[in-house]
Amino acid sequence: MTDTAWIDLALISARPQVMGALLRYFRNLDQAEEAFQEACLRALKTWPKNGPPRDAAAWLIFVGRNSGIDKVRRQARETALPPEELLSDLEDHEGELAERLDGSHYRDDILRLLFVCSNPVLPATQQIALALRIVSGLSVRQIARAFLVSEAAMEQRITRAKARVSAAGIAFETPDAADRAERLAAVAAMIYLVFNEGYSAMNGPEGVSADLCDEAIRLSRLLLRLFPAEPEIMGLTALLLLQHSRARARFDADGSIVLLEDQDRRLWNRQMIAEALAMIEKAMRHRRPGPYQIQAAIAALHARAEQPELTDWEEIDLLYQALERLQPSPVVTLNRAVAVSKREGPEAALALVEQLGDRLSGYFYYHGLRGALLKQLERGREARAAFDRAIALATNAAEAAYIRKELDHLAGETEPTHAEERP
Amino acid sequence: MLYAVLCYNDESVTSAWSKEEDDRVMRDLTAVQRKYVETGKLGPVARLLPTTAATTLRHKVGETIVIDGPFAETKEQLLGFYLIDCASLDEALDFARELSTANPSSGSYEIRPLALFKPGELPS
Repeated sequence: MTDTAWIDLALISARPQVMGALLRYFRNLDQAEEAFQEACLRALKTWPKNGPPRDAAAWLIFVGRNSGIDKVRRQARETALPPEELLSDLEDHEGELAERLDGSHYRDDILRLLFVCSNPVLPATQQIALALRIVSGLSVRQIARAFLVSEAAMEQRITRAKARVSAAGIAFETPDAADRAERLAAVAAMIYLVFNEGYSAMNGPEGVSADLCDEAIRLSRLLLRLFPAEPEIMGLTALLLLQHSRARARFDADGSIVLLEDQDRRLWNRQMIAEALAMIEKAMRHRRPGPYQIQAAIAALHARAEQPELTDWEEIDLLYQALERLQPSPVVTLNRAVAVSKREGPEAALALVEQLGDRLSGYFYYHGLRGALLKQLERGREARAAFDRAIALATNAAEAAYIRKELDHLAGETEPTHAEERP
Repeated sequence: MLYAVLCYNDESVTSAWSKEEDDRVMRDLTAVQRKYVETGKLGPVARLLPTTAATTLRHKVGETIVIDGPFAETKEQLLGFYLIDCASLDEALDFARELSTANPSSGSYEIRPLALFKPGELPS
């Protein structure tokens, strides 16, 4: 570790709490960000000399708030910033400081900060970008890279998101139980968006977007530390860990998707799985099932099966049925169709899939699964048509590569009958 | 004399480590451990899962309650620990409940799954 690496880490981990408190003081995202930057600069100057403060967050909040207030004063042509010597004494008063800074607010501070980024007035892409910038502290460049857009475009997206959020107004009063539950749900959804952005854009085990998955897991754990008794947050954390545990097995050497049942399960991250399973057990004790818990439970059944043949498809089917009742969606039904195909065969699954046609006709996985089922039923020509639709709808190279393999495979199989099929 | 060495750190910092950083720290720690394993002095080594995976059983006279999350009081001190192989969290909680009944004073048992376990070389 370099001389200042420990400072960077301390700044990153203190960021949500400090930004949350500064937002409460200044009631303005830009001002809070500037104050945080200022506090970080001071930290980089004084910490190497004086060593780390006992409570880094309290130190940063104090310094950030003062610098922010001072800025206002300076604009009014008053006093200058306090001298460095004074600041370096801070460590001795941290206990007191933390009290004075009203540490008890920190839970709602962080939740507010997360909620600002999850505001339903923002489209999904802006929520993700804002959260990565404001809460996680990723640079605009890093975020732009993950989204494969230019830095200028990302800068603009974030500026627009901030303008929207302030126009919508940020709620600063302490939330009641109902408000808090609503905020938690919105924040959980935003964290899942961040994860999915990383998950779906990932085109190899070492991709930039793996960072987004890690970041989402970090945010989810942060939320769970603040609200340790929320089973849906346990479910969310478990779900993210389970999906991310397969990162190294999801693509082959050519960068093509490897389906769950074909993955090398030895590549799955056992530690993430262990943590997720522990989390699901905790959640289940509450007997308050929710969509994240159910999805995590499904992922856990896959994680528990050492061989694909040992997968408990019956239980997975039942869990998808529960999810359909709780959160009806054609995508959920499409997923259930996979379980149905394992339990009852491709014909029954295809019947279920066909009902979804009008709602999922623009969805890659709909055509992909339909093609696979038709292929199993040896309806080669229809399978090929479905795969053709799928490849046209692929959103990344890995998806396209997978379908191309299916098509090649199909071409090899159906070659002899090809002539007969022609009119 | 047997000594327990308990490791404390800021979890929000260690969980911000990248995988490479985490791997490197574990590798360096393993090198230290190996030296002591070779002399037959080092017993079990355990790394715990994050506190978010913890459940705490609080025992007061006549009642026990189960709380999500780690033990968070500062008035009590760590006095000992057990390692037990359980099929489920409920089984681990039952064990803790039995302990709390056998122990007349009030106290807490934090139940935290392990991320890593090495049995070590100590004679029993």
